[in-house]
Amino acid sequence: MTEQDNERIVNNSPYFLQPASVQSVMLRVLLALLPGIAVYVWFFGAAVLVQIVLASITALAAEAVMLKLRGKPLMMFLGDGSALVTAWLIALTFPPIAPWWLTVIGVLAAIVVAKHLYGGLGQNPFNPAMVAFALMIVAYPSLMSQWPAVGFTDFLPQWNAIFGDRQLDAITMATPLDALRTALHTADARATVAGVLGSDASFGNIGGKGWEWVAAGYFLGGIYLLQQRIITWHMPAAFLATLFVISGGFAMYDPTRFVGPSFHLFTGGAMLGAFFIVTDPVSGCTTPRGKLIFAAGIALLTWVIRTFGAYPDGIAFAVLLMNIAAPLIDMYTQPPVFGHKTRGGGAR
Amino acid sequence: MSVLQRLFGFHGGVKPDYHKDASTSLPIAVAPTPTFLVIPLHQSIGGPPRPLVKAGERVLKGQRIGGADGNASSAVHASASGTVVAVEMRLMPHTSGLSAMCVVIETDGRDEWVANQPFDYRSATPTQIRDYLRDAGVVGLGGAVFPTYLKLNAGKQGKLDTLVLNGAECEPFITCDDVLMRERAAAILKGAAIMREMLAAGKVLIGIEDNKPEAIAAMEAAARAANAAAADAAIEVVAVPTRYPAGGAKKLIRVLTGIEVPHGERSTDYGVQCFNVGTAYAIHEAIELGRPLISRIVTVAGNVKQARNYEVLFGTPMQDLIALCDKLPDSDRVIMGGPMMGLLMPGEDVPVVKATNCVLVGSKKLFPPPPPEMPCIRCGECAKACPADLQPFEMYWFSRAKIFGKAQEYNLFDCIECGCCAYVCPSRIPLVDYYRFAKSEIWAREVEKEAADVARERYEFRLLREEREKQEKAAKLAAKTAAGREKAAAAVAEAAKPAATPEEEAKKALIAAALERARAEKSLVHPENTADLTPEQQAEVSAIEARRAEIREMAKPQLRQDD
Repeated sequence: MTEQDNERIVNNSPYFLQPASVQSVMLRVLLALLPGIAVYVWFFGAAVLVQIVLASITALAAEAVMLKLRGKPLMMFLGDGSALVTAWLIALTFPPIAPWWLTVIGVLAAIVVAKHLYGGLGQNPFNPAMVAFALMIVAYPSLMSQWPAVGFTDFLPQWNAIFGDRQLDAITMATPLDALRTALHTADARATVAGVLGSDASFGNIGGKGWEWVAAGYFLGGIYLLQQRIITWHMPAAFLATLFVISGGFAMYDPTRFVGPSFHLFTGGAMLGAFFIVTDPVSGCTTPRGKLIFAAGIALLTWVIRTFGAYPDGIAFAVLLMNIAAPLIDMYTQPPVFGHKTRGGGAR
Repeated sequence: MSVLQRLFGFHGGVKPDYHKDASTSLPIAVAPTPTFLVIPLHQSIGGPPRPLVKAGERVLKGQRIGGADGNASSAVHASASGTVVAVEMRLMPHTSGLSAMCVVIETDGRDEWVANQPFDYRSATPTQIRDYLRDAGVVGLGGAVFPTYLKLNAGKQGKLDTLVLNGAECEPFITCDDVLMRERAAAILKGAAIMREMLAAGKVLIGIEDNKPEAIAAMEAAARAANAAAADAAIEVVAVPTRYPAGGAKKLIRVLTGIEVPHGERSTDYGVQCFNVGTAYAIHEAIELGRPLISRIVTVAGNVKQARNYEVLFGTPMQDLIALCDKLPDSDRVIMGGPMMGLLMPGEDVPVVKATNCVLVGSKKLFPPPPPEMPCIRCGECAKACPADLQPFEMYWFSRAKIFGKAQEYNLFDCIECGCCAYVCPSRIPLVDYYRFAKSEIWAREVEKEAADVARERYEFRLLREEREKQEKAAKLAAKTAAGREKAAAAVAEAAKPAATPEEEAKKALIAAALERARAEKSLVHPENTADLTPEQQAEVSAIEARRAEIREMAKPQLRQDD
C-alpha cells in the first residue's frame, strides 16, 4: 500500500475487475441513511444536521491525523467514506441536542480508539459507533438521555443547547423507551403498559411519536441497501424477527408488564440498528448461518437490556457483546464447501 | 429437447462482459504455416515426453517427435513437414518466463503427411485404444491439457451413467469451442460416440451456455441426426445459464446432473466423465482419420482490429497469429487464455501449444490497472461469488498472515483460482495471488518435509542395519568359537572312547536307514522347498523374514503420506 501501488500492473489473472470500491459501498450506505435523516429532522429539528456536520468534521480530522501518524496514504483512506459512516451513525444515535463536546469525544473514541488503535479500516473487532455510544452513555447517562421534544423544532434553542447555554426544560422530553422504562420500574406498582402508553405524550400510534416515522425512513433505506446487495437479508430479518417474537411472546404472557412488538420495532434504534448497525461487516459475522445467530443474539440482548436493564436502549451493548462472539460463531457455522456436502447430489 | 432436462444451480459465479461477438462474425480460418515451428515437448499434464528426433533429421507432418514417457505422459508430433534444426531450450508460453526443451522445425512448405491410418478401435482392446490415443497426443483441449487416454476409463463400476461434453465456454473473449461447434458439430459427435463406447456411458449430455444460440442449434441438428442413426437417442444438447465459471468441469457436472464431485476424487466414481468438445473432435480426428493432434482452434481477440478464430499448428509463434488480426498500437501485453484465468505471456514470440485456447491481446484501456489495494472490510462479496462455496476472505487473512495451516482448514485447496472473488472485491485485493502464494508455499514445505522424512528414514535404516550387522557378526563369532570348542571337546571324547563294536555299527546303520526313509516320506507329503531345511537355512529364512517385517514397518508412514 505505497504510492507505487497506484500503478499496479496486473501480472496475474483476473485481468479485469468489476467496477466496485469501498468508497462506492460507503457512499451508498450514506445515501440509504437520507430518508431516515429527513424524517428525523422533520420531527426533531435541524439540530440533527448540526450533529451530523459536527461529527463528520471531527471524524475526518481524526482520521487524517491517525492516518498521518500511522504513515498511511492520506487521500486514499480519507476518501473511502468509512469514517463518514461511523460519524453519521454516531450523530444519529446521540441526542440531537447533545453538547458539542459529547459528540466530539464520542467520535474521537470511535475513530481513534475503536478503529485506528485496532489497525484501521477492516481491523476493528468492535463496531466503532457503538463503542462511542456505550462509552458516552456510561460516562454521561443524563446528557445521553435528553432528547428534544417531538415537534419542537425551533432551531435557536437547539443551537444553544449544543454550543452554549443549555436551557433544556422547555425543549426536552424523555424518549418513549425511557419514559416507559421509568414508569414501569419506579414507585407505582400499579403502572401498566397500557396505562403508560395512554398517558404520555411521547407515545404515538405504534411506537414512539415521530419515532415510528423515523423508523419507517430507515426501513426504506434498508430496502435500498438490500436492493443494492450491500447487505444480505439475514441480519435485518433475524434481528427484527427475533425482537418481534420475543417481545410479542412476553406481551402475550403479561401485557401489563411487557410492551408489544410494534413498540419495540418502531422506537429507539431498532430499525436503524437492524439495517445499518447490526450489518456492519467488519465487526459482525460473515457466514449466512452466523449472520442469523449474530443478529438474533443482538435482538435478544437488546430486548433483555431494554426490559430489565438500567439503560433505556440496549442495542449498543448488545452489538458489542455479540461482536465478541462473532469469530466463534463464524468458526462453527462455516458453510459446506462444494463437493464436501454429505447430503444432496454429492453423496452416493 | 433441452426443455426436458432439469438443471441444477451452483452457488456463486459472476457475469462479466463477455466480448464474444467480435471473434464469431467470421468463420474459422487456417493460419499459415510459419517458417519455423517451435514445438515444446512438454505440452500436457504428466511426465515430459522424450525427444525422438535429432537436429538435421527430416520429419513429416504428424510424425511423432516426442514419445510418451512414464505413466501420465502424452506424445507430441511435428505439425508440418520439414527439417529439425534444433532440439533445445526455448521460452515457454508461461508467466514464469522459464524455458523448456523444444523441437525447432524449419518447415519446407510441402506439407507431407505421414501415412494416415485410421484406427480400427472396434477390434482393439481398451488398453490398445488408450495407448493409441496416448501416442496420438490427444489431451484435454479445454485448457487443463490432461492426457485424454487416462480419462477414458470407466472407473470402479465399469460403466458410466453420463458422458458430459463441455461446450459451455464461460470465459470472456474465448470462442474457439463456439465456432468449432457451429462448424464441425457432426465430427464432435462422432468423437463423443467413440468416448461413449469406451466408457459404456448411458447418455451423452452436451452443456452449452445459452449465450451461444448458433452453436446450440448446430449441435442440436447434429444430435438429431446422430440419434436418428443410432439405436438409442442418447445424445442431448442442454443450454445452461450463462454464468462464469459454468464451464468448470465440476460446475458443469453439477449443473447437468446435480452431482457434486468432491475435490480430489474422480468423477467416474460418481458415474460421470466430462470432456471438452474440442477433445471429442480431436479423438474423432485421431481415430477415424488417423491424424494425431497437431493443431487446434485458437481465438485471437482483445485489442486487435479483427478478432477471429484460427486453426493453428502447434509451435506457431503467437506474434504470427496476432499479426493476422492487426494488433492495435496501444497494446501492452499478450495473455494466453481468457481475462479471468489466463496467463500473462513473457513475450509475443512464444509458441501456440495444446493449452492455447485463446491469444488475448491486452491494453491499458481494455484491462485498466486497478485502483490501489484497500484493506479487506469483510463485506462477503467474495463469498457470495465463490463457486466452490469457500470463504475467500478468511483464506486471504490466513494466507496473508502466512498461517497456512489455517488457510488449509478453510479448504484453500478446493479453490479453483477462477478469479470470481478478485473480480468482485470492492477493496481490489488480488485475492487469487494470495491463494497461489499460499498454495506454492504449502507445496514447497511439503516437498521439504518429504525430503527430510526420506533422509530421516534412510538414516534410521542405516543405524538399524549397522546394529543388525554388528549383532550378526557377534553371533557368527560366538557360533564359530562355540563350534571350535565343541569340535575340540568331541575330538577329546573320541580319543577317550573305545572303538565301536560291529553290532553297534549295524544298529546305527539301521537307525540311519529308518530315518532316511521317514524323511523321504515326509518330503513326499510336504513338497515345499522350505520343508527340510538345515537349521542354518532355517535361521537364515527367519532372519530374512524379520528383516522384511522391519522394512514393512518402516514403510508404513510413507504409505500413509501417499494417499
